[in-house]
Amino acid sequence: MARIGVFVCHCGENIARTVDCAAVAGSVADHPSVVCSVDYKYMCSDPGQNLVKDAITEHGLDGVVVAACSPHMHLKTFRRAASNAGLNAYLVEMANIREQCAWIHPRTPETTVKATDLVRAMVEKVKQNVPLEPIRIPVTPTALVIGGGIAGIQAALDIAEAGRDVIIVEKEPSLGGHMSQLSETFPTLDCSQCILTPRMVDAYQHPRIKLYTYSEVEKLEGYIGNFEVTIRKKGRSVDIDTCTGCGACMEVCPSKKALDEFDMGLRTRTAVYTPFPQAVPNKPVIDREHCLHYKAEARAIARGKPVKAVCQKCAKACAADAISFDGGDELIKEKVGAVVVATGFQLYSVAKDQPEPYLEGYGEYGYGADPDIVDGLQFERLASASGPTGGKILCPSNGQAPKTIVFIQCTGSRDPAKGIEYCSGVCCMYTAKHAMLYQHSVHGGRAVVFYMDIRATGKGYDAFTRRAAEESGAEYVRGRVSAIYRADGKLVVKGVDTLGGEPMTVQADMVVLATAIRPQPGIKELAQKLSISYDQHGFLNEAHPKLRPVETNTAGIFLAGCSQAPRDIPDSVAMASATAAKVLALFSRSEMEREPQVAKVDQATCSGCFHCERACAYGAVEHLEVKDRRGNVLRVVAQINPGVCQGCGTCAANCPSKSIELDGFTDAQVFASIQALSL
Amino acid sequence: MRFGYYPGCSLHATAREFSESLLTLVKALDVQLDEVEDWACCGASSAHATNHLLGVALPARTLAIAEGQGLDNIVAPCAACYGRLAGAAHEIEGDAALKGQVAEILKRPLGTPPEIINVVGFLQSLLPEIQPRVVKPLDGLKVACYYGCLLLRPHKVTRFDDREQPESMEQVCAAVGATPVAWNKRIECCGAGFSLSRTGSVIRMGREILDDARAAGAEAVVVGCPMCHSNLDMRQPAMNRGQAGAGALPVLYITELVGLAMGLDPKAMGLQRHYVSTQPLLDRLSTAVAVAEGEVS
Amino acid sequence: MFEPRIVAFVCNWCTYTGADLAGTSRLPMATNVRIVRLPCTGRIDPLFIVKAFERGADGVIVSGCHPGDCHYSEGNYHARRRFRLFKELMDFTGIDSDRVTFSWVSASQGQKWADVVNGTTERIRALGPFEGYPGSEEVA
Repeated sequence: MARIGVFVCHCGENIARTVDCAAVAGSVADHPSVVCSVDYKYMCSDPGQNLVKDAITEHGLDGVVVAACSPHMHLKTFRRAASNAGLNAYLVEMANIREQCAWIHPRTPETTVKATDLVRAMVEKVKQNVPLEPIRIPVTPTALVIGGGIAGIQAALDIAEAGRDVIIVEKEPSLGGHMSQLSETFPTLDCSQCILTPRMVDAYQHPRIKLYTYSEVEKLEGYIGNFEVTIRKKGRSVDIDTCTGCGACMEVCPSKKALDEFDMGLRTRTAVYTPFPQAVPNKPVIDREHCLHYKAEARAIARGKPVKAVCQKCAKACAADAISFDGGDELIKEKVGAVVVATGFQLYSVAKDQPEPYLEGYGEYGYGADPDIVDGLQFERLASASGPTGGKILCPSNGQAPKTIVFIQCTGSRDPAKGIEYCSGVCCMYTAKHAMLYQHSVHGGRAVVFYMDIRATGKGYDAFTRRAAEESGAEYVRGRVSAIYRADGKLVVKGVDTLGGEPMTVQADMVVLATAIRPQPGIKELAQKLSISYDQHGFLNEAHPKLRPVETNTAGIFLAGCSQAPRDIPDSVAMASATAAKVLALFSRSEMEREPQVAKVDQATCSGCFHCERACAYGAVEHLEVKDRRGNVLRVVAQINPGVCQGCGTCAANCPSKSIELDGFTDAQVFASIQALSL
Repeated sequence: MRFGYYPGCSLHATAREFSESLLTLVKALDVQLDEVEDWACCGASSAHATNHLLGVALPARTLAIAEGQGLDNIVAPCAACYGRLAGAAHEIEGDAALKGQVAEILKRPLGTPPEIINVVGFLQSLLPEIQPRVVKPLDGLKVACYYGCLLLRPHKVTRFDDREQPESMEQVCAAVGATPVAWNKRIECCGAGFSLSRTGSVIRMGREILDDARAAGAEAVVVGCPMCHSNLDMRQPAMNRGQAGAGALPVLYITELVGLAMGLDPKAMGLQRHYVSTQPLLDRLSTAVAVAEGEVS
Repeated sequence: MFEPRIVAFVCNWCTYTGADLAGTSRLPMATNVRIVRLPCTGRIDPLFIVKAFERGADGVIVSGCHPGDCHYSEGNYHARRRFRLFKELMDFTGIDSDRVTFSWVSASQGQKWADVVNGTTERIRALGPFEGYPGSEEVA
């Protein structure tokens, strides 16, 4: 006869406000299998947990149901408490009467009836529970960091410094990410590359860090502690070990029309190129879309003609013989125990053609087609000493210094009409920075900033934005801009000054749009490869928005930086270190315990049809030969590897002979809960 | 080819040339326009400003009659009529309760409303028939295509062209040999109904529009709306008054421009009715033809 | 007024979490739905649905992660396929397949879950009580 203990939590007022907890406890007390049924104010507190422990001892309980918040919150808490009192942790279940009852219904009798129903369902389920032992699996203490920007570099260095191996996979030819494109960083106006490049070099040279640049993640298999990642190392055509970085190849390359990505399209580059002079590794790559030889090769292959060598001047100029046109992409497998996704961001574009159907461009601004309408990163390149204008802020259309620049904040951000409702967090700060950099560079230059609000929440940030307005003399106008067009050689900016109550037109030479921060292109495909979830914009979902910001719901996969939400450099760095701490905690033991929610095959009834194998996304089903005493194979049945099984139960539902049960969610348990509901 | 047709009030009165040029044009193209029987006013600004339900039910009556007539579409040349008809269709399709209420008021069944087409969309769809019939080259006449407001907005109702950087009028004008100029005030409001109540504002707004068209080198302004035409044509003398160098800029309905390219009779199209005379333009085009035909050098 | 009894079989990672979010956001919902938590919609055996109706449910909701986003990669695809066939079986046996609702609700879609609960409750209310499997009165 079962001896179940029921504990109904008030959760302060959270549950008790709409559910009559005492009545629930009283009602369930009549259940024949329930020997103890109480209600209490805070079950998760120490005294609350002691109630459970004492009851286990006093009443000899063989099952516990805690009716309280979501099992996602405290199931582990109560399982641990029960375990400490000598009851197997898996004989504990929770009934969700808070998030899924008290919080969504008014104080009516139906709400209490529903709560009682949910508790009874769990009582019947737990009667079918069996004791389970956690599964122990080994951990590969190597981390995979996807993305080599500031967040990825920080996480990698923290993990490596703690004595663990790290693999960084970066899709661009160099480390550095967007931070390497910035001129100065707020609020200190530190030279961005000066503070970043030492970190890039550290990551490159660290004995525990293996760097794959110009590479992407092709596939991720396995599970926490035991992943296998397949990395696609894209064909550089340059052997980075032999290349000396002399640059002779770039000097002779005749293809000069490719738009330079690092300089945001403000200038062109050769087909064989290094992205920027401080690139790490400082070795070139051949862009096959613009290389004359590769273009000819693609045409020949498309027409079924033989491939002939074209140009290849770079290879001839290379004294180190480091260039080869024979190689292609390489697929490399690595074993890792944890994955950090630090893929960073891209900027929203105001163009007519948008990458997602829910986004719209700014037709009001001519879709940004005018060359003197630039975005924040383009302005950074203009202001940067290593940029296309050598650090002089000049109009792209005519190379003249602009006498008036209009800066428009919230371009795309906070604009549901364009598809982006969120705030990008960094634009108020970098616009103030841009205004100040401009006014230092062009004396007497007029900077007009159109803003909606000023969000300057970090340390020293408010003083920074005030400096732009009060010391530097930037004109801050609260209002939006409804149209930008070219007339008489000027960019006419039609805005409004809402505090002054008047429309305001500015004749500008340049307009800088603070465009919204979005996740990187291809993020959804990557997230699906990793089995992690994302929101409607592509930002990766954290496990809990308040308390678990660097983990995902997929065990072993963590987040850092702008891949999760827009943030500035200090926050990205802090988050990356937090992520590293989580990874190191995972690596701190050679074995980790897994929840024993795995499937098991009853080999007596299994007919060996292997429908389960076809249904399993993880390859956890193995073939087991059942032999007689003489060693003859009688039949082959399915066997599930408890280390690989992730506990989804698809095999159990698929099995035609009902030979598979999923521990924790057996048919008996599910039917018992359905039968207990008052239907 | 047959299309449903809703002339609306203005085409019968102040925008008579719009009607004349349109009807002359469709006759030359062998296109039949089936007028909606017993149509009434679309409500224009007055109805929806008075009462929302009235603003929907009045044009919905036209939609119901057209549907009953078996019309799949309705060409509504007046941009305001277009906006009201398309707007009513959009509202009743999105709100079943409203649809029921309006059907009850009209005592007519409301099924699927016909597709509402504006004059520019209408001409775009007829370009394959128009282009072979272009006989009078417009000699690259520089035109400023002026859209005004209602052809494009609200976009979720019209779903026509791009509401900030439209190209449909330019496409039609270029297809008949004119050269559309790039200019900035293509979608700036003309002042609409304030023509009577705040004439000063309309004068100021229209002057800015015309100045921008002139600065871009336009020889004529092309419109697709009777209100825009009235404001820019009838009020133009007041706009140009006292402005040195502000030469008169003829304002043509797009149907008039296409008709001219097809060699249709200017008088039949009503070009003599404009306040800003179109004669200099017609002379320029005749000379062009004569030059092309080798009569005059 | 007839109060329908509805059982919802939901996946732990997406819909259950989305339902928790709906709770955290205090979105008001009808009290007619009882959630049964499963690791994945792939775990859902059609017999669970049959049992729910047999026990007196008037409607059933099955809800999981959006296609492509299954926490276990593919479980929801198996569920989708299984239930297409199951719905046809229901129609064949004379049970209104409209009584079973299938939805995709992600962990961040609290409002969508509230809409599914409230919308389904009203739909089942309009369909009326489930009278039992045809012919089952004779067996009883």
